[in-house]
Amino acid sequence: MPIQLQDFTKRFDNTTVIERMNLEVHDGEMLALLGPSGCGKSTTLLAISGIHRVNGGQILFGEEDVSEQPSQKRNVGVVFQNYALYPHMTAYQNIAFPLEVRGMGREQIDKEVRAIAALVHIEQYLERRPGQLSGGQQQRVALARALVRKPGVLLLDEPLANLDAKLRLEMRSEIRRIQQETGITAILVTHDQVEAMSMCDRIAIMNEGQIIQIDTPTEMYRNPKTQFVAGFLGNPPIAFVNGRASGEAIRLDADEVTLPLPTGARRPKDGEPIVVGIRPEIFGVNGGSPIGGRVSFVETQGRENLYDVALPSGAVLRSIQPVRHDISVGDQVTWGVNPDALMVFSQDGTRL
Amino acid sequence: MTRNFSAWPVLLVLSLISLPLAIMYASVFVDSFTNTPPGAILPNEFTLAHWRFLVDPSIAGNIWVATLNTFIFALSMVVIVTTISAMGGYAVSRLNLPYRRFFLAGIMVMHAFPSVTLIIGVFLVLQFAGLYDTLAGVIMVKATLMLPFGIWIMKGFYDAVPWEIEMAGVQDGASRFTVWRRLILPQVKPGLIALGVFAFLDGWGEYLLPRILAPTSEFRVLSVYLQQISVTDSINYDFNLFKSVGLYYTLPVLIVFIVFQNRLMNIFGGGTKG
Ligand SMILES: Nc1ncnc2c1ncn2[C@@H]1O[C@H](COP(=O)(O)OP(=O)(O)O)[C@@H](O)[C@H]1O
Ligand SMILES: [Mg+2]
Repeated sequence: MPIQLQDFTKRFDNTTVIERMNLEVHDGEMLALLGPSGCGKSTTLLAISGIHRVNGGQILFGEEDVSEQPSQKRNVGVVFQNYALYPHMTAYQNIAFPLEVRGMGREQIDKEVRAIAALVHIEQYLERRPGQLSGGQQQRVALARALVRKPGVLLLDEPLANLDAKLRLEMRSEIRRIQQETGITAILVTHDQVEAMSMCDRIAIMNEGQIIQIDTPTEMYRNPKTQFVAGFLGNPPIAFVNGRASGEAIRLDADEVTLPLPTGARRPKDGEPIVVGIRPEIFGVNGGSPIGGRVSFVETQGRENLYDVALPSGAVLRSIQPVRHDISVGDQVTWGVNPDALMVFSQDGTRL
Repeated sequence: MTRNFSAWPVLLVLSLISLPLAIMYASVFVDSFTNTPPGAILPNEFTLAHWRFLVDPSIAGNIWVATLNTFIFALSMVVIVTTISAMGGYAVSRLNLPYRRFFLAGIMVMHAFPSVTLIIGVFLVLQFAGLYDTLAGVIMVKATLMLPFGIWIMKGFYDAVPWEIEMAGVQDGASRFTVWRRLILPQVKPGLIALGVFAFLDGWGEYLLPRILAPTSEFRVLSVYLQQISVTDSINYDFNLFKSVGLYYTLPVLIVFIVFQNRLMNIFGGGTKG
């Protein structure tokens, strides 16, 4: 079911957390709400689920305005960060609970519970209580409970935050598989860009209660609208260096380095202070414009190495390269930057 | 667990301090089954005579009726205090009540008041309501005085239950009441059991309120019975009889305590495991 937020506003007491947010989620897609902690992602999610009342604007499910409906009527499945399983009930009873309160018959409940348990692969754990299940299994039970009554919308609040690294990888693809098999419209809240990029059809990136950009993961990575978005996506992250426009070129502050302006960027005024964003993968041995500096840190990642290069001005660039043994900390290097992949931002953070 | 100090000095000090208590308990027990000649310290004969109050109502009235009354009184406490605290504690912990802070502060203040200071006001209210000198009246007053404590304790237990469980329940389509009864109440069960035991013990031991608020009524509880046989200027004052009745009176308390001791500790531990 498509979801639409129109001028959605949420206040707690007198602090406005979300002001006039507009967001559209297409039918059957999985959208990531990505943003730093405290930016209002959970608040948005709880408003869609009906737990928070909106202070302004509308929430539409399909054509229907549900802003004034209580949670019980909205038919939304939610998976909470800590799963919120009912500790005194078995997995089976947990999953059956939403059907029971609807007054469904015993046999029908049994059929539905077993079907959904098969979908999330927890058939053999149904008689256990949450305390006897591992984190990943609890997560699956929570998913089953959210999905068992076939909601129109699935909301996931940081579903992977409490899992260890290996399980997180496994559950990432599992959640995506379950979402695709059921074809449900889903919103995933996360502060982890890797999760957002790997699991979702589109990403809505949020900061301080505002949606900054909505795009597919690839497009957003390649074409961030602001410095904030560029800084949020990518691991290892992009490096920012201050500079000044000078004709067709950029002079980096306090360095004897000039870079050509990337093609397609809006021309800044001469002498205007700007910020240059350089991703680690466009700075290395086979780039175009040379930049010299001293290697200040080497981080081994197995297949690749990450080199921090300190420029004379003190700014630090990052370069990611296949593992090589000829460079160590303290070496002076001159590597090239691919000028077309540079990103240039004005002082207030918008992309030029 | 590793000890970082040796246990025996502590045990020794504790034993010495509690020795008088232990001797007291032992003497109550021994004296209620024996006779001791005047002037002697140790008893010289075994007798069941001090327990004749169990069958002979002429001593101070029918003990079985008093026992039954005490049970009714204590069980009423359990029912009223746990029921209202279970609901009231939830309300002050979770619901967006008007004047919530006022209620919380009020509960605290009420809890701090010694009940004796309220007795005249209570007396007037009971008189006015026509409940003076009745079982119902005493039960209501005692329960009212216990409720601030009960609500406060239950609020603590409810506070420890994660909000998400409630949100999940509402999201699953359950009404707020169903969520409370089926999802939240089971999480605070340990607190409720402890509170119930506490209410029972408190009701069982109550003396002042029945004595003052129902002085003439047929309704007589064990504490009042005990007091009546201990009136020292009565003609046939029997100290060992007094001890036997005391022992009889304490027995249910001991049993309840032994059965529920682990649960009772919960109330001081506060809260449930997530
Ligand atoms: N129930 C609440 N009462 C008051 N302020 C709240 C409440 N819930 C969230 N907030 C505030 O709203 C802001 C956004 O919170 P939240 O939506 O939880 O952030 P996120 O999930 O993105 O980390 C925070 O500043 C938080 O303090
Ligand atoms: Mg959050």
